[in-house]
Amino acid sequence: MQTVTTIAFVGLGLTALLCLARLFRGPSLADRIVALDLLLFVIVGSVAVAAVRSGSGAFLDVLVVAALLGFVSTVTVARFIEKRGA
Amino acid sequence: MTHARSLILDTCVRVVFPTALVFSLFLLFTGHNAPGGGFVGGLVAASAFVLLWVAGADPGTGLRVRIDAAVLLGCGLGISVLTAVAPMAFGQPLLDHTSWELYLGPFEKVKLTTTLAFDIGVYLVVVGLALVILNTLGRERTA
Repeated sequence: MQTVTTIAFVGLGLTALLCLARLFRGPSLADRIVALDLLLFVIVGSVAVAAVRSGSGAFLDVLVVAALLGFVSTVTVARFIEKRGA
Repeated sequence: MTHARSLILDTCVRVVFPTALVFSLFLLFTGHNAPGGGFVGGLVAASAFVLLWVAGADPGTGLRVRIDAAVLLGCGLGISVLTAVAPMAFGQPLLDHTSWELYLGPFEKVKLTTTLAFDIGVYLVVVGLALVILNTLGRERTA
């Protein structure tokens, strides 16, 4: 299980780096928002993998709240872009 | 907000809104000796109402019954103050709390604390405040 979680962490870390690259380069606001959204879900995934690694479910509530917040914020910014234009 | 309603967003909200409300209640009741509590639960419920507002619906319609948000806020504040002051009537210090362990047939052991009543008050204050904010600041200018 230790190896599996390590591989998962490496994959999540690579995803986070790619997200950051898109966040810095992204030509339009929408690109940056998608990158930020994905970055938040990388964090959610990391918390889940950390919960598997440590074997304690204390942080599982955090996952639901973070995923809900990410959804709400992305929808809000999408509405903002729709009104203002990217 | 007067947006064109989006079908995809409306369908998503119809699934997410009740789920978020149930989860906020779970956080409220689990709060005494696990992460959560009235404030956190209230914030989760508030974000569910914000989602409803972003989708273009009147946040008040999320609950099937029509409730004045200010009344919700006041009731919550009243409950919290009453539970805070109540111990003084029994000669205990302010904000003191007691708990009972009940054995209810199918539910086995249920621990009831007076903190829960205080937390419910906090929950109502947070939800009521969010609804008041959405109703006043979130309205299009009518000028």
